[in-house]
Formats: sequence, structure tokens, C-alpha cells
Amino acid sequence: MECSFGITGKDYVLIAADTSAGRSIVRMKSDENKIKTLGPHLAMAYGGEPGDTNNFAEYIERNLRLYHIRNHFPLLPPSASAWIRRTLAESIRSRKPYAVNLLLGGYDTTTDLPHLYWIDYLGTKAIVPYAAHGMGVYVSLSTMDKWWYEGMDKREGIEVLKKCVDEVEKRLTVALKFNCILIDKNGIHKIDLSEQDPIAKVEASPEETAVEAPNPPIEVGA
Amino acid sequence: MNSVLSQLQPPAPHLGLDQEEDEFTSSDPSAWGSMGGFGNLARNGGVQGMSIPRVNDPTAFLDLHTDNMSSNPEAKIKIAHGTTTLAFRFQGGIIVAVDSRATAGSYIASGTVKKVIEINKFLLGTMAGGAADCQYWETYLGMQCRLYELRNKERISVAAASKILSNIVYQYKGMGLSMGTMVCGWDKTGPCIFYVDDDGQRLKGDLFSVGSGSTFAYGVLDQGYRWDLTDEEAQELGRRSIVAAGHRDAYSGNTSNVFHVRENGWEFIGNYDVNELWYEYEVKKKAAREAAAPAASPMAVEA
Repeated sequence: MECSFGITGKDYVLIAADTSAGRSIVRMKSDENKIKTLGPHLAMAYGGEPGDTNNFAEYIERNLRLYHIRNHFPLLPPSASAWIRRTLAESIRSRKPYAVNLLLGGYDTTTDLPHLYWIDYLGTKAIVPYAAHGMGVYVSLSTMDKWWYEGMDKREGIEVLKKCVDEVEKRLTVALKFNCILIDKNGIHKIDLSEQDPIAKVEASPEETAVEAPNPPIEVGA
Repeated sequence: MNSVLSQLQPPAPHLGLDQEEDEFTSSDPSAWGSMGGFGNLARNGGVQGMSIPRVNDPTAFLDLHTDNMSSNPEAKIKIAHGTTTLAFRFQGGIIVAVDSRATAGSYIASGTVKKVIEINKFLLGTMAGGAADCQYWETYLGMQCRLYELRNKERISVAAASKILSNIVYQYKGMGLSMGTMVCGWDKTGPCIFYVDDDGQRLKGDLFSVGSGSTFAYGVLDQGYRWDLTDEEAQELGRRSIVAAGHRDAYSGNTSNVFHVRENGWEFIGNYDVNELWYEYEVKKKAAREAAAPAASPMAVEA
């Protein structure tokens, strides 16, 4: 019973993922972070086969970091999505494929455009304005179809996301908590969905809500 | 003939080297000593230590002969599983409590199993799932932790130790390993528990219970757990949770071993008979109820 959402707006992407982890019928953890920061303006929500998920996410994280170190510039969302898709496409044709589905969200600082990609374990990649993985597909895609429109501002985006989370809480038999981030031109911010107006907090104290990229940039050479 | 055979049957995929040629006889001097790979990983990326069946499909082989993957419950080899183990973090460190029953199918193979594996003075591992798998790999983990100490002049963190273990089991994913373990210990960051299982999943947390009796243990543990438990209360909570599981789960029971991890290492608290404790708790519960109820006075009838 996993669930994640992604929503793009005028100048941002929102990504939310549930926080439970367990085995068979037992929930062993209710505060597991299933969103990985991949760069200063790139992050993904991942789910699927336990074990594969973390292993794959760390592999992606470190390789994108390596790219950043080598080139002094992070891989942009469109290229990152292509590389991740290709990694999964090669994996599915291997002896032991990764069974990982993910939503990749990023903000392209060169064109000032938000990007969202829906990617599954088969190596399917779709460029989408909003998306869901897991059980949320069945209850919240229609919610997004109805309420999402192009060029929403941040508060409107949060409202749509809240509607989705609310629907999941209403219609799925399991209770899920959600972890949420917002990516815009300033980087990645933590969003507390339980707050009345989480955007106000981001605007008031951008440093406090900032999610750090995997590693601070390092000086190479010299 | 042998060359024909070896062509037909390539060496097990995880072993880059031939089995005869281990790391000490290897001609490359950088294959041993401080350059000998990263932790459990050999330089070729494989794990050295366990051989797998020399057949085309080791997974199918295990599946045919053991009840491990449950697709063949009639298999001749019944792997020992069915357990209750728990560990939780609190103000005074970590409590680790386990039962001591080993079952093979419906047969109780032993009632005196040590399900807490003492990796070193500061690290404990618990055993649930296949007894052999847990014992073997946690002992191996102990070796790797010692090597880490020798190489780095510093004790290994619980996070790093548990990751060595999870990387090993992840390499063998889908090949029939069966283990659910909690790596518990005290490092620079304080008390720390990681849950590692045969899926390759590795979770950090405050409170875990693993095994067939885990649901029953959770039932008592969750309701009695607080961060500011005293040492005595915490040890009692661990013990009581194992007794609860020993009572309800047929595959758990006999005795309970309790450990307490503090800043200066772990301490063995004791071994307790689960049945005796259960009846003790029952008597106490009854006495408490009688003490709480107002004594029926004969005067009440008169009035």
C-alpha cells in the first residue's frame, strides 16, 4: 500500500510520498523518508520492492552527484530523467531487475521551467503535468484531473495536493502519513501538509525549510 | 573431463575467483591487507565467504529441497524459523529481548537457543528467520567490524555495520536467504537500532519487533512504550512483551533472554522461563484486581 504524488505548477513542482515501511501485514516504521534529493533542483519519490528501492535510489543519487562533481554543473531534469529511465530499461533486461517506480521532479534553472516525469520499473517514462504512483492512482488521479489547471500558483498547487491526500485518507483502508517537498528556482523546500498555509512558512524562512542537496558543492582541482 | 564439466557448469556467479584460489593464495598482493576491498566486498565486487549450490539455478534448488520459500511446504528440509525478537531505544539505552525456541515445522527442535548474537562489546544482533543464515552472517559481520576497527583505529558505527549486513543480504536477494535481524548498539551518535531483512531492506528506528510472534509482542510493547521509561521498567517491558508472544505464538516460547545496551557496552540481564513468568503475571493481575475492587461487606446486605 504505497502512494506518491507529483504536481507541477507555474514555477514549481510538488512531490509527496507516504512514509510507512513494513513487511507483510506489519508496519514497522511510520516516518520513513521515501523522497530522495538528487541535486540542488532535482528530487524523486520512489517505491516498489523493499530493498531494491533504497539500493536503486542510492545508486542514482551517487551517480548524479558524480556527474555534478565532474562537470561543475548538475544534470538537468530532462537529461536526468533520460538517464534514470535508461538505467531501469537496462535493469529490466538483466538477470535481476530493479522493481522500482518513481516520480522525478525538477526545476530547470536554464529555462525556468518545472518538470515532472512518471517512470516505472519497466523503463516507461512519461512527461506529465501531474501524476501518482501506487494506490493513490485509483482514488486521486480523478481528483487531480478535476482540480489541476495549467499555471497554478504555489498555494493552489498545495490545495490540489491536500485534496489528493485527503481522498487517500478517506478511501484507502490504510492510514498513511505524507512527506512533501516543493522544488522551485530557489531549490528544494520541506512542506508540512498539516499546516494551514505551508507556503507562508517557506516564504518567511527559506533557509529553515530548505532541504540540502546530498552534499555541499566541493572545489575540484586548484 | 573436468574441463568439459567446468565449461558446462560455470563457477557460481558471485565468486569471481575459483574456490581453490582464496584471497591469501591470490597472486595479487593488493588483494589482501588494507587494500583488500571495501568491508565485505572483494575487489571484484563479490562477497567471499559463502558458497552457493553448484547448480544452474540455485534458487530453484533451494526451493525444491527446503520449505523456506513456502512454495513447497512438503520439502524434506524444514528450516528453523518462527521466533519473537524485539529491541527498543529509550532514555537509558536499548533493551533487546528475545525468546529461545527453535522449531522445524511443528517440531520444537530446541528450547535453549541463543537468539542474540554478540557481535562485539558494543554491538548485538538478533536472530529471526533461518537460524543458520543469521548465525553465519552475523558472525561474519563481527569479523568485518573487527577488521574495520583494525584498519581505522575507530569503532564502527551501527549505521555502517548494519549496512555491511544489508549489502551482503541484498547481493543474495531472491536466492533463499531468510533473515530478519536487528543490529543494535551504541556508537558516537548514541543508542541506535537498525532493522535489516532478507529483502535487503534496512530501516532505522526506535522500536522494532521481528518474527512470527512480533505482532503479539508489538501489542504489549507499543502500549507500554515511552521514551522516559526507567531501566527497570524498560527491562520489564521487554520481558513482558516476549512473554505475551510466547503465550500466543506456538512458534515462540520456552525462555526469554534480555540484554541492556548502555554507553559502555551491552550487559546480559537474564534468562527467564516464559511459562513461569506468564503464570506469575496472571497471579499478579488477579491480585491487583481483587485489591482494586471494594471488599464486599456483609453490612451491605443488612442495609
